[in-house]
Amino acid sequence: MSIMDYNGGSVIAMVGKDCVAIASDLRLGNEALGISSNFQRVFPITDRIYLGLPGLATDVTTLRERFRFRVNMYTIKEEREIEPETFAHLVSSTLYEHRFGPYFIEPVMAGMSKAPSGGCKPFIAATDLIGCLNFAKDFVVAGTASTKLYGVAEGLWEPGLEPEDLFETISQTLMNAVDRDAFSGWGCVVHVMWALIAT
Amino acid sequence: MNSFVERYSATSAVGQLRKAQRLTEEEEEFSDAAWGSQAGFGNIMNGPPSFTVPNVRDPAAFLRLHTDDHADPNCRIKIQHGTTTLAFRFQGGVIVAVDSRATAGSYIASGTVKKVIEINPYLLGTMAGGAADCQYWETYLGMHCRLHELRNRERISVSAASKYLSNLVYSYKGMGLSMGTMICGWDKTGPAVFYVDSDGTRLKGDLFSVGSGSTLAYGVLDQGYRWDLTDEEAQELGRRSIYAAGHRDAFSGNTCNLYHIKQDGWTFIGNYDIAKMHYDGPGDVPGAPGGGYGYDVRLAAANSTEVAAA
Repeated sequence: MSIMDYNGGSVIAMVGKDCVAIASDLRLGNEALGISSNFQRVFPITDRIYLGLPGLATDVTTLRERFRFRVNMYTIKEEREIEPETFAHLVSSTLYEHRFGPYFIEPVMAGMSKAPSGGCKPFIAATDLIGCLNFAKDFVVAGTASTKLYGVAEGLWEPGLEPEDLFETISQTLMNAVDRDAFSGWGCVVHVMWALIAT
Repeated sequence: MNSFVERYSATSAVGQLRKAQRLTEEEEEFSDAAWGSQAGFGNIMNGPPSFTVPNVRDPAAFLRLHTDDHADPNCRIKIQHGTTTLAFRFQGGVIVAVDSRATAGSYIASGTVKKVIEINPYLLGTMAGGAADCQYWETYLGMHCRLHELRNRERISVSAASKYLSNLVYSYKGMGLSMGTMICGWDKTGPAVFYVDSDGTRLKGDLFSVGSGSTLAYGVLDQGYRWDLTDEEAQELGRRSIYAAGHRDAFSGNTCNLYHIKQDGWTFIGNYDIAKMHYDGPGDVPGAPGGGYGYDVRLAAANSTEVAAA
């Protein structure tokens, strides 16, 4: 069995109309044995960025602290909050630093970035475990249920979803995918962000 | 040298198969199936069933190469490994309970598998390991149990039936059969449970659990088991044990199938959703304490009073 499946868990992020959503399951396992049904793997980075870290649980904790440190350093030096696009590149380069002995994590992020007009624009991205960025316009998935998530999301997602409909779509996608995966499940959490001032 | 001996020996499993294959090839061009459906068992009149064998020097090694094992997860023939099954004997008969999940790697291929094989009205077999192997050989066992009845004007004992199966799978040892089964029933001696597996092991006992979730099921089973359990208590114990395994083990789950064997044969008690048992309990059934089995669900009431008190 792969080290990526050792603890189980999955994350998905989706884009809607002036909104984004990120959702994950809550299982922490030791191979087949379920250990916890309340394991957080989606973390707030700034007021406008969420980061999901599916993969090896020990690296979830390590990377969370590493990103907290790097984002704090960025905020102090630049005297402003980090933008989602910039954060995605920070994630990518942090992972590539460990090209020959990687963290066993495939991060998924979702955020609202500042548009030139002054409003907000939805943003999602994912990388592989050594930091290859994937800026998708619809949805990104990762974790032990990723293949199943692709299937369900491909069937349910449509462009221009309002926050309420995006919540329903991402929830149904995650729940139905996770029901077909032995290593994910045991509860879910969903975060939805939307713009107060649309672009 | 060893493979050479095996190839030309008349008594080895491979030798026997080759001989059977040669005979069927010589005797007839068409199989019996060509004369109309005989439900796959038409060959019973021709002695033991014969199978086509890969035409290579060492068929067992060839098969091993293409059959799923822990060394190679990518091979094509997948065998169902994850399961929880249990059976126990008590004052009121035998309880048989199983889960219903089938997995292929991490993919949950089905959540509605029937893992109890109804051999005849007095005998049940459970399924763990190769689904096809269990299904085929336990159905085949059922035919021989019927022939025994016709010949001896008496139902076969559970002991004899299980020994028939264990001798049968032993003759195929090394050929890749994979089954871990419990043969359960009621005969002249009363309720009986036998564990039979494809290694040739055959054990008589009061209580068995087989599969990836067996350790979890044993935990609940051992602390709740007594000989003088009432029917309702015993059924609840079977259900509760499968729930425990289905909840914790990633390769077991979805639903629980429950059977009770009494003097006049087996009865199907019910099918219970494991997620539903976690939150709401098994429903209005005798023996159930009422409410969900999940400890967070059971403790919710206690925690809320704590908050209220504070």
